[in-house]
Amino acid sequence: METKTKVDLTSFRMETRKWLEDNCPNSMREPLTDVKQLYWGGRNGNFSSEDQKIWFERMLEKKWIVPYWETKYGGGGLTPKHNNILNQEMARLGCRKPHINFGISMLGPALLKFASEEQKVHYLNKICKGEIRWVQGYSEPNAGSDLANLQTKAEDKGDHFLVTGSKVWTSFGDKGDWIFCLVRTDTSSKHTGVSFLLIDMASKGVITRPIKLISGKSPFTETFFDAVKVPKKNLVGTLNDGWTIAKYLLTHERQMIGGIGETDKKKPLSEITKEVLEQNNGSLLCESIRNKISELEMNEKIFELTIQRAMDEHKAGNNSGAISSFFKYYGTELGIQKEELRLEVNGFDSTEWTSEESNNGREARHFCRSKGYSIEGGTHEIQLNIIAKRVLGLPSK
Amino acid sequence: MALVINEEQQMLKSSTKEFLESKSPLTLMRELRDDDYNQFKEELWIEMVEMGWTALTIPEKYNGLNFGFVGLGQVLEEMGRKLTVSPIISTVLMSTSLISLSKNEILKNKLFQEIMNGSKLCTIAHEEGRHHNPELNNSLISKNDDHFILNGKKKFVIDGSISDYLIVSAKHKDEKNIALVLVDSKSDGVNLDNKVHMDSRIYSDISFENVKIDKMNFLSTDDDGSIILDKTLDITRVGLAAEMLGNIQEAFEITMNYIKEREQFGVKIASFQALQHRSALMFGEIELCKSIVLRALQAIDSNDNDLPKFASLAKAKLGLVSKLVTNEAVQMHGGIGVTDDVDIGFFLKRTRVAHRILGDSNYHLDRLAKLNNY
Repeated sequence: METKTKVDLTSFRMETRKWLEDNCPNSMREPLTDVKQLYWGGRNGNFSSEDQKIWFERMLEKKWIVPYWETKYGGGGLTPKHNNILNQEMARLGCRKPHINFGISMLGPALLKFASEEQKVHYLNKICKGEIRWVQGYSEPNAGSDLANLQTKAEDKGDHFLVTGSKVWTSFGDKGDWIFCLVRTDTSSKHTGVSFLLIDMASKGVITRPIKLISGKSPFTETFFDAVKVPKKNLVGTLNDGWTIAKYLLTHERQMIGGIGETDKKKPLSEITKEVLEQNNGSLLCESIRNKISELEMNEKIFELTIQRAMDEHKAGNNSGAISSFFKYYGTELGIQKEELRLEVNGFDSTEWTSEESNNGREARHFCRSKGYSIEGGTHEIQLNIIAKRVLGLPSK
Repeated sequence: MALVINEEQQMLKSSTKEFLESKSPLTLMRELRDDDYNQFKEELWIEMVEMGWTALTIPEKYNGLNFGFVGLGQVLEEMGRKLTVSPIISTVLMSTSLISLSKNEILKNKLFQEIMNGSKLCTIAHEEGRHHNPELNNSLISKNDDHFILNGKKKFVIDGSISDYLIVSAKHKDEKNIALVLVDSKSDGVNLDNKVHMDSRIYSDISFENVKIDKMNFLSTDDDGSIILDKTLDITRVGLAAEMLGNIQEAFEITMNYIKEREQFGVKIASFQALQHRSALMFGEIELCKSIVLRALQAIDSNDNDLPKFASLAKAKLGLVSKLVTNEAVQMHGGIGVTDDVDIGFFLKRTRVAHRILGDSNYHLDRLAKLNNY
């Protein structure tokens, strides 16, 4: 039995390797240099190159846009072991992801756990084809860290809900097709008066407005709902029980954001430093910067090991929830420290904002953007509250 | 290799914990200190030997248990929790690691048997300066007829005051490579100056004046002394990091229990956010420490070429985090934290000394930068 499985996995690896080598265009094997090179899909989805289109279509045909979901939902039906092999083989060739969508990383897992069978078949299949670009509607002007204070209301009008209110910090809200929202369906209770609703952003009364950040860019929008009609069948889970889904989904979001610090797989900081600073017998001239880099690189390496340990604990059947609760805080913290150190390393060049040589102020803008890491997806302070209460069992007043 | 301990290692950890809770509670450390800084409780040592702790990392070929360093790490971690005073670090972690790497089979057989049966204690004398510095070595070994003569001064020798054997690093005149020689601590010309440090442990400055060394007592050959010593130092750094991991986990748990009980302004002080956030941060930092200590222990067992990097990562991280955790532990205890009546200060004092041994975080961050070529 053991051997049969092994043989099966080995042949799957060989087939996968060959298929990827034959089908992944060369330009799709190069590291990303810009987020614009990702394909987000949706109604207005644009391919940035012909190769990107070919790569997406081939992976779509293979049902490998979401390879690990069941085939009845449009996935590839791969077991975790097979999926792992696919990931390894893609990494080996350096294949880019054919499609990025919050529908895959955030909404999908929530639908799989809480939606009706009919909803799963309908929405997951569309996600697997990249037909809808999903965005998230959680925070509101007066509901940030205190998320459950949200006021956007959905009134029961018989066959539909009437939604009125506004959301802020919608990532790529202006580019989204549909939005998954937390709405208030009962004003008499805070946490148990919230529901989880899916809304087509083409509906009458939905308007978005970009929010310009200190980095000069606008990855977020405000989203306004002015008496928007939403069919009842768009409710996911039980009425007034949306907070359960919200909490589940937030853990997925935090894991995603926690990875910010480590997805920047480009050059290690020490390499950049070596290029920038004058060298003195192989050592950096400025000892103070050298020690800061060494400490940051130490922490990056140890964080990587800790993520691995959490996965290994999980595989071994041990509870890894306590360790994971620290990942969003620490991953973003390392990302922030790294951007700050890059300014110190790059000196005068690092604050330059508009020229071509500076790649339109890459250093400066990334630094400014990093200030949001410790705020979005639950602030540093909220993350520490969660650990203090849930992991350490420290009392509330 | 998965970053988890296996069932056997878990069993060793649990049995060690149980044993130390009954035989070496924190009160023992206090008793020994109050007994004129006693470094050695014979009954406890005999039981440790009977349980096989001195044989844990010795290969089967020499009748050892060959249990590996991940195993020894679990023992050291639990000892760190109870601040157990014993010759395990000097005799087992340091000396057997060094002896294992030696090619002198006759001496190796003899020493392993004596260490395993608990009849002899052994340590390494290698430091010479104010800070850890493996490069600094002004001790001289010279040939004289059919034997050798050793001259030099060593500092900060762990358990020097109770060891039967001293393994000393020295150089032949005009040679770069280090020689490692075994010296009986009672030999003529060996003079100890024992110094009590703030962890209530004794470290010895030892001078060697024309000490006669038999040629049979060389643990190194002409060219492997430096390699053996360097590797031994890395192994010991990882073991110390495991002990420090035990120190900080215990200090953290004692502190969490304390702030959950202590009341001010009519509420438990653990309900204050100022303490909650700092506690959550310590929790996270300790989790990071667990990962690097386990990975570094595995690197010893798997003979990983990157052992120097993992050893420095472990020692640097544990140095920094032990500083954070023990400072916070004392602070969160408030006034009683700085009294001798409670145990929390012992963790502060032990980790400060352990931090210095074989390189503090400054030393290891610098070494990491060099190992990464910048």
